[in-house]
Amino acid sequence: MDRVSVAPTEIERTESAPEGFAVVEPDVPWVTIVHNDPVNLMSYVTYVFQAYFGYSKDKAHKLMLDVHHKGRAVVSSGTREEMERDVQAMHGYGLWATLSQDRNG
Amino acid sequence: MSGHFEPVPGGGARVPLDEVEIAILRSLAVQLLELIGPGDEPAKGEDPLAALFRDGPSEPPSDPALARLFPDAYSNADEELRAASAEFRRFTENDLRTRKREDALAVVRNLDALAVVDGAGAVLELTRDDSRRWLGALNDLRLTIGTRLEVSDEDGGEELYRLPDSDPRKPMVMAYLWLGALQETLVETLLG
Repeated sequence: MDRVSVAPTEIERTESAPEGFAVVEPDVPWVTIVHNDPVNLMSYVTYVFQAYFGYSKDKAHKLMLDVHHKGRAVVSSGTREEMERDVQAMHGYGLWATLSQDRNG
Repeated sequence: MSGHFEPVPGGGARVPLDEVEIAILRSLAVQLLELIGPGDEPAKGEDPLAALFRDGPSEPPSDPALARLFPDAYSNADEELRAASAEFRRFTENDLRTRKREDALAVVRNLDALAVVDGAGAVLELTRDDSRRWLGALNDLRLTIGTRLEVSDEDGGEELYRLPDSDPRKPMVMAYLWLGALQETLVETLLG
């Protein structure tokens, strides 16, 4: 699909992103990203993923390891409003989280 | 400082604390309350409803520990995202401060309710709801102290753990490690 670039100044574009990807793409889902930090306990992060998202122990543990080893992990996806809610909840628990539009997805 | 939380049959958790530990925990929780700041009590003569609709700040706190407790919601990689972070903060930070204040207040209240026996301390017993509040407050305290101590992944905390007794940071490191053990064992009671 050939598209004319309308966003030459787009930032944070990874190599896998298609050429000419628009900055705001209504159909592209948003994601909540939890970032690694040196203070939060691994067990606590796992607990938060289970308690807030209702993830299984295995899934929560795997996401926690992703955060720890890769520096960040996508923990949920959905509408922008839903992701703002998730990010607010993560901040409530003391986790470092941001939301962004998933341009690779 | 060796007490660990253990589960209470039927839910909840308990930990034995001596008088020094109680005093330190209380003092840290009060300092956290002071750091987070006063609530949005309506000023004298002000419509109490007005406080409900008052916007929060749009700029991140300048204090590094507060900035860690109240982080930006967007990556701030461009102007648009910075504006989104500011708007998010305006609408959420007051609620977030309230939650963190209530968690720290619960710690103070639970400690003040202890029947302390001279020289023997007391056993703190928490309901599951209390446990969740303590977990939040212990985490906020560790984030705050960890920021002050500049704990980082790079040094793995190893350097901090081996500080000589003469180092002025030693007492804060001891408190940081102790809070970590309390939090770790409290998480276990909730996961079990």
